[in-house]
Amino acid sequence: MGDLIATFGWAIAGIGVFLLLLLGVYFVTGFLPGRLREGSRVGVFLVPALLFLLIGLLIPAIRTIFISLYTNKGDALDVNKFVGLSNYRKIFGDKATRMVLLNNLWWVVLGTGFSVGVGLVVARIADQMKGEKVWKALIFLPTAISMVGAGIIWRFVYNKSPDPTHEFGLLNAALSKLGGSPRNWLLQQQNYIPGAPHLNTIFLIIVFIWIQAGFCTTVLSAAVKGVPDSLKEAASLDGANDFQSFRKVTIPYIMPTIVAVSTTTVIAVLKVFDIVQSMTGGNFNTDVLANEMYDKTYPQNQPGYGAALAVIIFVVVIPVVIINLRSQRRARELA
Amino acid sequence: MAATIVTGSTPHDQLGKDAPLGKKLAASLSTRVGRAAVVLVCLLWTVPTFGLLVSSFRPANDIKTTGWWNFFTHPSVTLQNYRDVLSSSGGNADNFGKYFLNTIRITLPATIIPIVVAALAAYALCWMTFKGRDWIFVGVVALMVVPIQMAMVPLLRLLNLGGHLTIGGHTFTTFPNLGINSSVVSVWIAHTCFALPLAIFLLKNFIQALPGDLIEAARIDGASHLTIFLKVVLPLAVPALASLAIFQFLWVWNDFLVGKVFGPADLKPMTWKLNDLVGSKGQDWQRLTAGAFISMIVPLGVFFSLQRFFVRGLTAGAVKG
Repeated sequence: MGDLIATFGWAIAGIGVFLLLLLGVYFVTGFLPGRLREGSRVGVFLVPALLFLLIGLLIPAIRTIFISLYTNKGDALDVNKFVGLSNYRKIFGDKATRMVLLNNLWWVVLGTGFSVGVGLVVARIADQMKGEKVWKALIFLPTAISMVGAGIIWRFVYNKSPDPTHEFGLLNAALSKLGGSPRNWLLQQQNYIPGAPHLNTIFLIIVFIWIQAGFCTTVLSAAVKGVPDSLKEAASLDGANDFQSFRKVTIPYIMPTIVAVSTTTVIAVLKVFDIVQSMTGGNFNTDVLANEMYDKTYPQNQPGYGAALAVIIFVVVIPVVIINLRSQRRARELA
Repeated sequence: MAATIVTGSTPHDQLGKDAPLGKKLAASLSTRVGRAAVVLVCLLWTVPTFGLLVSSFRPANDIKTTGWWNFFTHPSVTLQNYRDVLSSSGGNADNFGKYFLNTIRITLPATIIPIVVAALAAYALCWMTFKGRDWIFVGVVALMVVPIQMAMVPLLRLLNLGGHLTIGGHTFTTFPNLGINSSVVSVWIAHTCFALPLAIFLLKNFIQALPGDLIEAARIDGASHLTIFLKVVLPLAVPALASLAIFQFLWVWNDFLVGKVFGPADLKPMTWKLNDLVGSKGQDWQRLTAGAFISMIVPLGVFFSLQRFFVRGLTAGAVKG
């Protein structure tokens, strides 16, 4: 009980000190003369955010770009040699990284496509169903679970026991019921069509889709509800069936939201780390950029190489964000 | 926006009276197939979590030898797993209670502080006039792109050692050493930094869409920015603030990496403890199941109780109408 009070005490003290600090500065600015006062109040509103962004994101980002141009002798720049783009050349010249980049491409295509696709279909169909809230809540459930928790949950699906009569992995149990022999799903490196992702990568992507689809459903569902009834009625009067009205009315109308959700999902995919790290550690041809970056930077202590990988993730995400911003602006102009 | 909800109008009705019977039948059939598919997907989505819930009530030996679905043919219920991870007697090293409190201590300020900071900044970017306003906003959005793994280590160095710049043999301190090396404060700061770009982006879109006349009128009446912010903007922005708060709360509560890197040894979050159990005691599946479920209860509760805000606030910037 004492612990509990201490916990909330700490938490509230932290928030309180922070708010008092802000209020105090604001109060002091009240004593400044006219014009200066206005300017300093802009400061009170804006500077905390800018300060956090500066130390937390801007300086680190610039620093990472610098580190990516140096050799790998620990973290301090001054003991390292400037090597220009050699880290990048190494990355693109290495056959193993090409595998990583290809994997990432599949993560983006399949992970984003299926998360948004499932979200869209469920949002649209559940919209007219009884118990809509329940169905949507079930889909959302995994989104509220930590990646660590998700890893534990999916162990009970993908597990392969040494003793097949004592199998507690759902997939293998189902397979042996159907007469197949159990296998270690996360070690399946074959791909049946050349260029297609390896089976085990697909199993990892499934976990991601499972987590992400709930977010997509929730946001898209709000957009689907925003489509005016008059539009849908007009479509059905023209003889459009449900599917046609979905394709020709709903989808164009909610396009800005679809773009926004897809962007968020693509960014989430590119940063995916926990799933791969906890389930395969990036071994067996399942590696992705963010995980490779972690492995190179920390366990293998090659900060230059790792930083170059981080910069690559950064560069890949930029066009995605630009597309999103453009689409939002267009939507505002139309509105 | 979400005010019009289609109630009870099936495509069957919408087809009109003149549609041929075959077409009506096909439409009703396709509707049923669609609905059945949704139900199937939802159930499929729940199976893995449900399996964990069932497992957490099974005896340790059962968990390790048979699948959780055997519970329904050979039911045996125990609360021992929960007792194992919750009891603090006998110096139980796996006591989750402590980590649960750690997570609360990290999560509450790390949810509220970034939202306050973001709301202030969003207000300034919308309703205060100053030079370079739009450029600052573009810059903030651009920072959304920085991967968290990229920013973590430099931020950690800055908080632990301060910032120093060496030019021509002279070392200048560019950022003071705040002496918050590995304390809960550095975890709060880290979470705040990483949350801000998205939070400012979403809140700016929402606050921008508020009726400008209202704010102008208040200005003319001589209200200060702080008054307008507290009395006009904040109450109107509740849906956006709430949905953002849910998001940030879920993110911090479920976070593993930031807590692990920035947190002091005696203040590791629950996810860290869970991961520790996975690694060191891979055989103790029964504790994992109970622990994982305990860590899920609070986020699920928060989501379900605040769900109604969630939908309205989030799409305001993206959806017209």
